[in-house]
Amino acid sequence: MKKIATGNKAVAEAVKQVQPTVVAAYPITPQTEIVEQIAEFVSTGELKSRYIPVESEHSAMAACIGASITGIRTFTATSSHGLLYMHEMTNWAAGARLPIVMANVNRSIGPGWNIWAEHTDALQERDTGWLQVYVSTVQEAYDATLMAFRIAEHNDVLLPVMVNLDGFSLSHIMQPLDTVELGDFIPPMHLPHAIDPKQPAGYGGLTGPDQHFKFRWDIERSMRDSVKVIEETEKDFATRFGRKYGFTDDYQCDDADVVVVSMGTLGKEAEVAIDILRKEGIRAGSMRLRWLRPFPKLNLNGKDIVVIDRDYSFGFGGILATSIRAQQKIDVYSVIAGLGGQEVTYEDIAEFIRKRRLGEEFWFGVNDRV
Amino acid sequence: MTVFEIRIHSRGGQGGVTAARLLALAAIHDGKYATACPFYGAERRGAPIVSFVRIDDKPIKIYSQIKKPDLIVVLDASVMDVVDVLQGLKKGGRVFINSAGKKDFSGYITSYVDLTGISLSEDLVVAGSPILNTPVLGALAKMGIISVDSAKKSIREMFSDERNVKAAEAAYKELSS
Repeated sequence: MKKIATGNKAVAEAVKQVQPTVVAAYPITPQTEIVEQIAEFVSTGELKSRYIPVESEHSAMAACIGASITGIRTFTATSSHGLLYMHEMTNWAAGARLPIVMANVNRSIGPGWNIWAEHTDALQERDTGWLQVYVSTVQEAYDATLMAFRIAEHNDVLLPVMVNLDGFSLSHIMQPLDTVELGDFIPPMHLPHAIDPKQPAGYGGLTGPDQHFKFRWDIERSMRDSVKVIEETEKDFATRFGRKYGFTDDYQCDDADVVVVSMGTLGKEAEVAIDILRKEGIRAGSMRLRWLRPFPKLNLNGKDIVVIDRDYSFGFGGILATSIRAQQKIDVYSVIAGLGGQEVTYEDIAEFIRKRRLGEEFWFGVNDRV
Repeated sequence: MTVFEIRIHSRGGQGGVTAARLLALAAIHDGKYATACPFYGAERRGAPIVSFVRIDDKPIKIYSQIKKPDLIVVLDASVMDVVDVLQGLKKGGRVFINSAGKKDFSGYITSYVDLTGISLSEDLVVAGSPILNTPVLGALAKMGIISVDSAKKSIREMFSDERNVKAAEAAYKELSS
């Protein structure tokens, strides 16, 4: 049946189908409708999870960690300040090698108080060992949530996955949604280091200077191995359900002289800008970065690069721009736009590309010296 | 067809967001692509709000706000005292107002139906407010934005009370084509 759903409802719908054993969440603002919908599914019996409303996001992640270490599937959702409040525990989840799946609705960090889209919240979790994917449509929010469980729980990964969707511009927009019959797409979860009362073991013990780095390296090894798992999962998803995804979503990039790189809904809006520029004879393309961790090897050789960052690292630069500059070893035109839900239209994006100045940084809408 | 853009004016609690959802769902049932979104600000019950719908034959990639709508739908005529509902409306664009009285805007095609009256006559009242988001679908079908069948289908998918469909039918009949 043709459905219409918001990004929030699409994530909840995916979670209902995957049936995690435990969903732990802080149910009050900045919580999203994702958890509200999940709580409803639990109350109607459509979702047979144990739903644990806790007193903070820190506790939500702690509850997921405690549940996950027993070898069961867990899910939580949060947004902006809620994610930051979890920060200590998100590190723990990755370090304890627990395949927790979390949806994060990307919203700005206060003050000033602002509830609109920005990626700085999730990017502050960049170095925790979580895999991060950013989506751009309601359908993709649903599809990526399904795939997140399979990727996280794969024996070569066993790391948590964060599915990121833009606040309001995607979390609250209504678009068509096709749901799938999952079948055996997601195998039963098997956590090799799950607590087993028959085989008592120590957890969370001291790892001394002669051991700790080995565990850190093991996270990185799995992060690298996750590339193959992501590719396999996305390929199998396409075979079974007909929708193709990759590390990036490339639009007219092959013959492009200039490529605009962005994440989330801005990446879709950018495709409209590309259509306009192509009509003007400008060979432009759009590359929407889907996976931020693991960060893909981008192929942008010989092209001008315009990067739109809906985030910022104060004292250094746009986080995407600096990452791409480091990887590609060339100057990019860095545009800082869309912070706190700032309106950025396809016409604005077309103008960024037309007026690109490689090596420079441009704060959209700011007239002060930059 | 290029993307058809609609802005709906209402007050918080009147169902403007649900009207947008119903309209987008009906367009999807027509085999088109549609998106609906509310503008979220400091929303309060009774305060003027807007919601947006885009309809196209191809997938919609635009997330930025609608600046030059093709159609304005005013669910509560009293917002016209405080909001310039015509702002950005395309030349020759259409305005639909929930009103018992005729109101013309030069340069635009204006039509109206007393949705509130229809809703009251069907006793479609929730928490003291007449329901406007289902009857308005009948008017939108008459304007040719969506088909009558899809309008009814989307209403029935969201509401079990058949009076909603009857109200939409009444609005369809009342709007002069």
